[in-house]
Amino acid sequence: MSSSTNTPTHHTSTIGSIGTPSRRNTELALLVFAVVIPVFAYANVGLAINDSVPPGLLSYGLGLGLLAGVGHLAVRKFAPYADPLLLPLATLLNGLGLVMIWRLDQSKLLRSLPNFAPAAPRQLMYTALGIGLLVVVLIFLKDHRVLQRYTYISMFGALILLLLPLVPGLGANIYGAKIWISIPGLGTLQPGEFAKIILAVFFAGYLMVKRDALALASRRFMGLYLPRGRDLGPILVVWFVSILILVFETDLGTSLLFFGMFVIMLYVATERTSWIVFGLLMSAVGAVGVASFEPHIQTRVQAWLNPLHEYKLSQAGTHDGILHSEQAMQALWAFGSGGTLGTGWGQGHSELIRFAANSDFILASFGEELGLAGIMAILVIYGLIAERGIRTALAARDPFGKLLAVGLSGGFALQVFVVAGGVMGLIPLTGMTMPFVAYGGSSVIANWALMGILIRISDTARRPAPAPAPSPDAEMTQVVRP
Amino acid sequence: MNKPLRRIAIFCGLLVLALLIRDNYIQYVQADSLRTDTHNRRVAIERYATPRGDIIVDGNPITGAVKSAKDGINDFEYKRTYKDGAMWSPVTGYASQAFGATQLESIDDGILTGNDDRLFFRNTLDMLTGKKKQGGNVVTTLNAAAQKAAYQGLLKQGKGAVAAIDPKTGAILALASTPSYDPSTFAGNSTTTDSKAWTKLLKKNNPDDPLLNRALRETYPPGSTFKVVTAAAALQNGLYSSADEKTDSPLPYTLPDTRTELKNEGSIPCKNATMRVALRYSCNTVFGKIGADLGKDKMLEEAEKFGFNEQQFTPVRSSASVFPKSMDKPQTALSSIGQFETAATPLQMAMVASAVANDGTLMKPYMVDKLQAPNLDVVSQTEPEKLGEPLSKDNAQILQSMMETVVKVGTGTNAQINENGVTVGGKTGTAQHGVANSENPYAWFISYAKLADGSSPVAVAVVVEDEGANRDDISGGGLAAPIAKSVMKAVIDSKK
Repeated sequence: MSSSTNTPTHHTSTIGSIGTPSRRNTELALLVFAVVIPVFAYANVGLAINDSVPPGLLSYGLGLGLLAGVGHLAVRKFAPYADPLLLPLATLLNGLGLVMIWRLDQSKLLRSLPNFAPAAPRQLMYTALGIGLLVVVLIFLKDHRVLQRYTYISMFGALILLLLPLVPGLGANIYGAKIWISIPGLGTLQPGEFAKIILAVFFAGYLMVKRDALALASRRFMGLYLPRGRDLGPILVVWFVSILILVFETDLGTSLLFFGMFVIMLYVATERTSWIVFGLLMSAVGAVGVASFEPHIQTRVQAWLNPLHEYKLSQAGTHDGILHSEQAMQALWAFGSGGTLGTGWGQGHSELIRFAANSDFILASFGEELGLAGIMAILVIYGLIAERGIRTALAARDPFGKLLAVGLSGGFALQVFVVAGGVMGLIPLTGMTMPFVAYGGSSVIANWALMGILIRISDTARRPAPAPAPSPDAEMTQVVRP
Repeated sequence: MNKPLRRIAIFCGLLVLALLIRDNYIQYVQADSLRTDTHNRRVAIERYATPRGDIIVDGNPITGAVKSAKDGINDFEYKRTYKDGAMWSPVTGYASQAFGATQLESIDDGILTGNDDRLFFRNTLDMLTGKKKQGGNVVTTLNAAAQKAAYQGLLKQGKGAVAAIDPKTGAILALASTPSYDPSTFAGNSTTTDSKAWTKLLKKNNPDDPLLNRALRETYPPGSTFKVVTAAAALQNGLYSSADEKTDSPLPYTLPDTRTELKNEGSIPCKNATMRVALRYSCNTVFGKIGADLGKDKMLEEAEKFGFNEQQFTPVRSSASVFPKSMDKPQTALSSIGQFETAATPLQMAMVASAVANDGTLMKPYMVDKLQAPNLDVVSQTEPEKLGEPLSKDNAQILQSMMETVVKVGTGTNAQINENGVTVGGKTGTAQHGVANSENPYAWFISYAKLADGSSPVAVAVVVEDEGANRDDISGGGLAAPIAKSVMKAVIDSKK
């Protein structure tokens, strides 16, 4: 023993008795940027398209500023120690998305499509609803551990949400994927987006209870810990439900996200690499199995492997109605035409991607007009959100909070990867939307709720603990110097 | 649980990294090929976003641009227009919003739209000063008077083509093809007018195939005009060393290794005739035997020196003319009088005439003199380039005297230009074709004109898909020679 261990050490627990700075003013300063940048972008689009500053600039700026301000005040009041980056990053993405959606609303080609209605005002409304939901979460969810109580209710809730699109009369088949439900008078809703959050709650609650059994009761085989047969149950169930979604809703994205999130959380809970190996094997089996008989998935794989060929087929009218095969190539052209610096906002032709230019393919619209530089910035922002979320998980003191935070942020990162990778042709297209930037009510609202939960967990994690009781251990190990 | 959490953090970082790498790949590495992919509609939108620059002949634009009709959601701003479109279409090609671009419109698209890399510096300056992007001009080598003479001459005869070259430089002076099309009629994007006009022109709807550029892209059997190449081969290989040396040729001449007799058209004095006489009367027997005597390899070598079996890029691509590479002796004899598989574009035969007229030196044919930036600065200037030397100077002059005899007293008298000091040399041809010569023959005439000072400003090849031909060579002289004459005269007149 060296002598240094003999000296009385400073208290090094992660639970600092000295208060962590709350960083609320940092958040406010960042929020100003997150509002000002989209406002300038909005002015830029107006100048590029109509040679004049858009008439709605002031109200748009005030609107976005107001929403961000409400969010900020709610955080200041109800989650004062929350991570200062999450809210500004999400606001920036949301604001940029609004500008792009407004810009695409101006396109002649899109206006000529049947059923055209300007999407930006509705997206602004959804944003307001989303931030409202964030505030509600912050007000009513005083402690995220409360969610543990709803573990099994969450499971049923999530299953119902996931299977709703299959209910006859309620589900709507839009362009080949049955992931929407239509509510008369309200429009369509994508229950999968909400199911993502509720599932994370269920997984976190379930795994927290079962983690020891899953981690320890296993046999070693060829360097891998093989789980016991009965512990395989849950992963098989989740796998099976993913396959069901894939087969009956033909929704590759939700299925992948759902299963991937589970594997991530399982791995974190058990600390066993073998679960990852199992997860990868099972998703490979599931994907190949389904792709071998599901024509919709096959089309997408074809469009991924040879987009130009599929584009020509769709131009020749060989495919009926499945525009995705054409859009994969259109998206690549949009990216390529943008090049390094982009054409400049309002000066591209991303409307050639047609109706999905502001939703599934909005990243390609960004790619064309903001270029490689813009896309890299956006991807880095997404990366930052995910990493701040995982940092929250690291800092969280309770296993439930850790699991929930890593599930939500890992799921978020997976979703970004699956969507962006699909649009860029890295993996087959899935038909999900980029969180915050893409047009779509369910997505925006659900992701703001997700942000609310993350902010709540980070607040609990960073909140200074009550001054620790004097530790009797510390007294006992006190060594008196000779 | 922190260790796996850190790994998940790394995993998420890797996901983003993978996206960043992929993004760099498509937006940096692949960007140019995606941006310029012809299927990418942006290429067309960009092409028609500004008025295109002009294609210029004799200092006057033969093209123009107007604002597109605003029907519906047409995203093309400007539409191409053409002056005398049908006359110039073998030169310009077309630039259609709906059907793409061809020939000069396509090859020099970068200059015409202003997107060419060579205009990059200027475009950057313009962007900084806020000036709108403009297209540059393509200045051609063509001669408007010669083109008009060629086109009008062809119109009178029906189907055919003319190619005229300045022998000294290789500059193309006329390039006409009939029936032709007016690219203005389908320059736009309208499904009613433009698509209809286009559909009517397609070969399946129009057996005359007006979209075919007969001067560059159609190969015809050259018939007797090919005897000029055979005569050149005989002189170059020393088989006969002068125009007036008796040849060793029997009448009738039986093709080697066969019992087939090669015949002449009519009873003409071909037995042991000199090459001058044989060319004057167009003796099949004499030139067939010369080809067989020289053999396949020497004939092939000479033909290829003139440019056969090779595509020419003017910069518009021409089809490769054909001199067969594998054949037996009798086939060699037939090929040497322009039959069997021998086939030539009008451009190719104009090159033959121009090489003879230019004392044996063949210049590379070209039709773009220079490319201009929007402010008329020269971006690139075409320098005349030597393609080869199929004949020595002495042999070329012997061949010139033979061809001049053809026009003076032979089958090509219709091409005579009765002006002081102008001499014309030429060769007629009538090419039988089709199974058992069932189809109408092609009337050919190749020629050049020489001025008093010995310089030759023009060589020309004319082919008429002859509707009313009846006898060899008379029809080449009768139908094609007058057109050649008017083209040569137009060039000489414009030199004054």
